[in-house]
Amino acid sequence: MKQIVVISGKGGTGKTVITASFAALANNTVMADCDVDAADLHLLLKPEIKEKHEFKSGKTAVIDQDKCILCGKCKMICRFDAISVDKFKIFLEKKLQKKELGENMGTDKDRFVVDSVSCEGCAFCSFVCPCGAIEMKENIAGQWFDSQTRFGPMIHAKLGIAQENSGKLVSLVRKRAKEKAEEINADWVIIDGSPGIGCAVIASLSGVDCALVVTEPSLSGLHDATRVIDVARHFKVPVALVINKYDLNIDVAEKIVQYCQSNNVPLIGKIGFDKDIVKAMVQGETIIEYSQGEISTKIKSIWDRLQKEVLDGKS
Amino acid sequence: MIISIASGKGGTGKTTVATNLALSIKNAQILDCDVEEPNAHIFIKPKIQEKIFVFIPVPQIDKTKCNYCGKCKQVCMYNAIAILNKTTLVFAELCHGCGSCTYFCPQKAIKEVDKEIGFTEIGYGSTSFITDLQFVHGKLNIGQAMAPPLIRAVKKHISSTRVNIIDAPPGTSCPVIESIKESDFCILVTEPTPFGLNDLILAIEVLRKLKIPFGVIINRSDLGDNKTDEYCQNQNIPILMRIPFKKEIASAYSQGVPIVEVLPKYREHFKELFRRISNGEFN
Repeated sequence: MKQIVVISGKGGTGKTVITASFAALANNTVMADCDVDAADLHLLLKPEIKEKHEFKSGKTAVIDQDKCILCGKCKMICRFDAISVDKFKIFLEKKLQKKELGENMGTDKDRFVVDSVSCEGCAFCSFVCPCGAIEMKENIAGQWFDSQTRFGPMIHAKLGIAQENSGKLVSLVRKRAKEKAEEINADWVIIDGSPGIGCAVIASLSGVDCALVVTEPSLSGLHDATRVIDVARHFKVPVALVINKYDLNIDVAEKIVQYCQSNNVPLIGKIGFDKDIVKAMVQGETIIEYSQGEISTKIKSIWDRLQKEVLDGKS
Repeated sequence: MIISIASGKGGTGKTTVATNLALSIKNAQILDCDVEEPNAHIFIKPKIQEKIFVFIPVPQIDKTKCNYCGKCKQVCMYNAIAILNKTTLVFAELCHGCGSCTYFCPQKAIKEVDKEIGFTEIGYGSTSFITDLQFVHGKLNIGQAMAPPLIRAVKKHISSTRVNIIDAPPGTSCPVIESIKESDFCILVTEPTPFGLNDLILAIEVLRKLKIPFGVIINRSDLGDNKTDEYCQNQNIPILMRIPFKKEIASAYSQGVPIVEVLPKYREHFKELFRRISNGEFN
């Protein structure tokens, strides 16, 4: 079983469209959508969800106001500026409702609060608190799904709103996809990656047999592709490259070709700009199903080339 | 004032909007917070005056003082410290730099050392028609996983006397939150396709949670369907601008040329957009 990840550095170059096409072309594959914070592959593959799981990750500090003695130690040691002093008015109003004491209006009291978005869950404050007023509560940071599509099983996920740890969720999706592939004796795990070069991308490419970089002929596309190729090579992952929408700027496309030649990056295909891509997307179909045209032929030859790269290649 | 540009989906035109807006108004500063893949410099072509390396503190264990008691491992929530056969190992790439291990080590055997994660560069716009544009970006080192500390370093340059325009990374997770929090307004750039709409909805959920007022720019507005329009209307979300798909725009973009240089009328559109945002018309 071989694992392939589709990445790009820059967003919007066509990762998901190409990944979905491979799903339609590959025999005996498991799909994994590792772009967990803006997942789109399900829009084309329409998975039927078989199992839903919670993704628990990380913790957030919660201050028990009744135990807090307002010493301020937690705020002092927090390096993420996640603890602040709340305006005391809100506090007082709550107390007032409880005790109905009007004369306490002017009491000067503060309250320490945790900004759950800034809190990185290091628990330093909970250890340092002298009165045990800080508890670390586990986050439900998202969900992941075990699904079936018309092209085979698919593992995908949804990161919770404003949650961190997307790298961990990516690793979880990959682990489950690999297990699934072993269970059903699949030949391939095809992974849709995310843009960027940080934790989510590193988690999606570690240990794969090939990273296919999809880029577009713009200076931004080239700049970002070179950075993500450097990351893949840093982690010793073989790469191949596809230029999507290559005819939008032939000169920059030529620069990318030269970059590939001088850096020994196998260029395994060029795809022209085609409005059918958007039309297929609106239909919720892969381009392979939607069109018998040139673009489908191109992607088929790219898939053949990629299989050869992986099977004969350095991995 | 801080205006951030975000999107959910990548490649919808965040950098296009951020750079063209910055080039259309007076007294602006652009801060490229997409430190994984910064692109604003390709369009602004800034003259860089200063380069600052950015470090995060990671623990270093003094082997002569360490007695392998395991306190550091116990307080580390990130599994960045392991103790094996009388060796205390630090996995710096997992460390968030919270400082807990150093504080609690009973032997005072831990000191924090700086680990470089990338750099920021500060300069000014060198395009002929705008001279007072300040420029800041960050670039994450290859192989580094954690962008937020570098984003914080870029945001340290936010100026209270300028209009700060933040170019955010794609997605909806921690790097995006770090970039856009504390913004006065957020422009969400999308394209009218199923992918664009799906990710726009995710980005909107984030902005609602952070309580940041926002509006939507529809880029390549004539490719796709009208579901994005319908969604915005139903949700009472202002559509700030539509940029059609034009070969001239795509071709200028691909060569690192801002739209306002090839189609000067866009400078007026962006000026007007800024005027309406700063008047609080969309809040």
